[in-house]
Amino acid sequence: MASYLVKRFLLMILTLFGMSVLIFVMLRLVPGNIADIVFEAAGMVDDADKAQIEADLGLDQPIVVQYGRWIGGLLQGDLGFSYVSERPTLEEIGPRIPITAKLAGLALFFSILFGIPLGVISAVRQNTPLDYVLRVVSLSGLSLPSFWLALLILMFFVSFFGTIPIYTRPPETWWGELALYSVPAAAVGFRSSALIMRLTRSSMLEVLRQDYIRTARAMGASDNSVNYFHALKNAVLPVTTIIGIEAAFLIGGLIVTETVFNIPGVARFLVEAILWRDYPIVQNLVMFIALVVVVINFLVDLLYVVLDPRIKYAD
Amino acid sequence: MTSTDHSVELAKAGANVTGWWSRLVFLALRFPLGAFGAVIVALFVFAAIFADAITTVDPTSTNAAKSLAAPGPGVLMGADFMGRDMYSRVVHGARISLAVGVGSTVLGCLFGVIIGLASGYLLGWFDLLVQRVIDIMQALPLLVMALVMAASLGPSLQNTIIAISIPLIPNVARVIRSNTLAIRELPYVEAARAQGMSELRIAVRHVLPNTLAPLIVLGTAQLGAAILTEASLSFLGLGIPEPHPSWGRMLSESAAEYVRTAPWLVIFPGLAISLVVFGTNLLGDAMRDLLDPRQRS
Amino acid sequence: MTSTTAEIAATAPGERVIGDTVLAVEGLETVFYTRAGMVRAVDRVSFSLRAGETLAVVGESGCGKSMTALSIMRLIPDPPGRIVGGKVVLDGTDLLQLSEPEMRKMRGNRVSMIFQEPMTSLNPVLTVGRQISQALMMHQGMSRAAAMERAIEMLRLVKVPEPAQRVKEYPHQLSGGMRQRVMIAMALSCNPRVLVADEPTTALDVTIQAQILDLILELQKKLGTAVILITHDLAVVAETAQRVIVMYAGRKVEEATVEELFTHPRHPYTRGLMASIPRLGLMRSQAAQTGGRLQEIPGMVPPLFDLPEGCAYAPRCERADDHCRAEYPPYEEKRPAHWTACWHADD
Repeated sequence: MASYLVKRFLLMILTLFGMSVLIFVMLRLVPGNIADIVFEAAGMVDDADKAQIEADLGLDQPIVVQYGRWIGGLLQGDLGFSYVSERPTLEEIGPRIPITAKLAGLALFFSILFGIPLGVISAVRQNTPLDYVLRVVSLSGLSLPSFWLALLILMFFVSFFGTIPIYTRPPETWWGELALYSVPAAAVGFRSSALIMRLTRSSMLEVLRQDYIRTARAMGASDNSVNYFHALKNAVLPVTTIIGIEAAFLIGGLIVTETVFNIPGVARFLVEAILWRDYPIVQNLVMFIALVVVVINFLVDLLYVVLDPRIKYAD
Repeated sequence: MTSTDHSVELAKAGANVTGWWSRLVFLALRFPLGAFGAVIVALFVFAAIFADAITTVDPTSTNAAKSLAAPGPGVLMGADFMGRDMYSRVVHGARISLAVGVGSTVLGCLFGVIIGLASGYLLGWFDLLVQRVIDIMQALPLLVMALVMAASLGPSLQNTIIAISIPLIPNVARVIRSNTLAIRELPYVEAARAQGMSELRIAVRHVLPNTLAPLIVLGTAQLGAAILTEASLSFLGLGIPEPHPSWGRMLSESAAEYVRTAPWLVIFPGLAISLVVFGTNLLGDAMRDLLDPRQRS
Repeated sequence: MTSTTAEIAATAPGERVIGDTVLAVEGLETVFYTRAGMVRAVDRVSFSLRAGETLAVVGESGCGKSMTALSIMRLIPDPPGRIVGGKVVLDGTDLLQLSEPEMRKMRGNRVSMIFQEPMTSLNPVLTVGRQISQALMMHQGMSRAAAMERAIEMLRLVKVPEPAQRVKEYPHQLSGGMRQRVMIAMALSCNPRVLVADEPTTALDVTIQAQILDLILELQKKLGTAVILITHDLAVVAETAQRVIVMYAGRKVEEATVEELFTHPRHPYTRGLMASIPRLGLMRSQAAQTGGRLQEIPGMVPPLFDLPEGCAYAPRCERADDHCRAEYPPYEEKRPAHWTACWHADD
């Protein structure tokens, strides 16, 4: 077990290192840098000024040097300054993280709350009208673009309540926060819950075909006991993996949802930073997302040890 | 025991189905949702191919008089701020969607298969390297990866296809690799090896054909994801540039401000995306049930 | 096809020991609806079983023996399968007439089943004790603690070492033989009247096979359980059973006591089966006839959706003539307490 943990940890570091190289190189391939954009916006190009800005930001240095500077700083906890606001990256990203985290947490809560029970029902009632309805609903969840769903929700609020539930100022109370976040969380969580539901269904159907289910029936277990006791325990195992991946990958859906609902979270911030070629923000934000993904994957693996008696990660 | 009408039960099981037409009908009855999906996809492809024939107005021509016209005679789905006909734009949008969806899926699958096959077949250091790179690429959500790729390649139709295809590669490669690993251990592959068949020949003759079924299943699933990703990228302004009529782009132009004033600008492009992705997903599900017996429900 | 249940029952040998009969199967008929057509997996099979008796059901794979077992348990997956006729009378109750909840009270309680694959037949995420105690809590209304006590007792009975420790373990921690012992403990925990054992030793090592068979026989004596032993292995039959049924293509083709069957096999299929296995004490005379060499039965079991008009074995039978191919032979008592369905059984 101990050596497994060490090995996993080293692989995580390797993945993060690879990600840092990948993202750094990709960003340097981007046509144009912040200086180009600033000057384009101003409608004039003064080569001397532009060169000065590039020199100030270190953009004139060889790419290896730039990379060394970034990683060196990162390891010392220095994330650099945003090109756009000229404030420390940490101060820019930091306050936005809790907002996105709350949204993602709420969305994940919704998706588990609906996804697992509906997936089980769909599998148990396989090929009944209820199953067909649930399957169509879950498939729509995977088919509606989350930004369109968000827009539809806005439309709905406009025509029925006359207000738009978008973020205008920070909420003051926790229930105000809950009310404000639950709409976008539902918009983005619909997709995750559809995914979890589908996986729960297929996992459940797979388990119901197993020999040990026949054994349980041969011993006189009732349908309820077979479905909810013998089968469900096995069926949720693969579902935990998807929940873990979704927890981290929700940020993809949140990018567009935060944009529509005007929420100042990290996901929308990433797009803004990319559009502005604000390298320090993009680099560090992508690294942060990757870190969250690998850590959650690691936690899911550990959770498996608890949930599945067969897995012991022998040395 | 109650008496049972054998013929009814047999018909349900699909006995006595012969000929391709009755087989098709049988499949459609057995997978009604899949058949529905196939119809949607067929309509989508039809609209993409014959877009110019089934519309009368150029999707890019502006008309100040029709700015924000509501749906009505002459403007079936209304017009946008610049007075461009939404019906024509939505129909022509199918072209973009199809091009990006099919283009990036084919590209992603092609590289995924080559990498996965090589990785599962050669093993050794190459496999180790591929696995690590896949790990890295899968540490970012599809959209984030596509976003970075799209930004670094610059906005164009071609680049959008490439940007979306790259994050699809690891998925395909991973499935093909594990499939290859399983197949290369099968007795008939061992037998081919024992008969002195070359490794390359074995890979092409035995292993590759057996990865076809999972590939079709995976490809159909990826198609929907690719179309959705294109829509999201364009929505965020990092995908298909103007003046191409991209569904995602249409929504970004009209996003929140037209929710109140011109809802048709929001409804039709979104409906088009959802319907097409829904169709491919339905079809993909039926494909999986049909081709992957382990998953069959 | 036209014979009624009554006629079949009349020809069935089951009425020999009526008083002692625990289980009487009459004209059992199970079909599967497939794309290729209707498959008669179990075609009007009748037999009876007395308390403490072991009845072996033999045949090649696909001959319908497992389907007979699952039909008795009413565990045929529907769709595609369905029991369409016959009776399964356990202590005077026709199981096929019971409602599903009533049938559930029978399974694992009055009639139990153990399966071929010990590796996959136990739930991987439940402890062994939990799985054994489920049936006890369900059928006997025991508390969890009492059921666990009884589970330990059952494990001791099936000779699992350190039972108090083992109840806390998961299936993957046990060997195949141990898992099959757990299965047996589970199946016998409620002291059922009938135990259906479907190839219980096929998946095990040869050395373990004998141990498991001995265990089943020993427990049978101790508990008075009637056993239906389904196997393709005639050696197992010779060692364990009192009576044998030979099945072919969903039908019963021969039935007799073990001694009788091995000394005077009447049906060519039975003879073929015997010639195809290494000699056993009882079968030495048989083996001598074939020059002491093993022989295989030519051909394969025909697809059940495409059975020939006459005897299903005719395409593979060296004695088959036009009569065999035209008409299915009647199931008749050819020698005392020895029934077979063959036109040439008297040759």
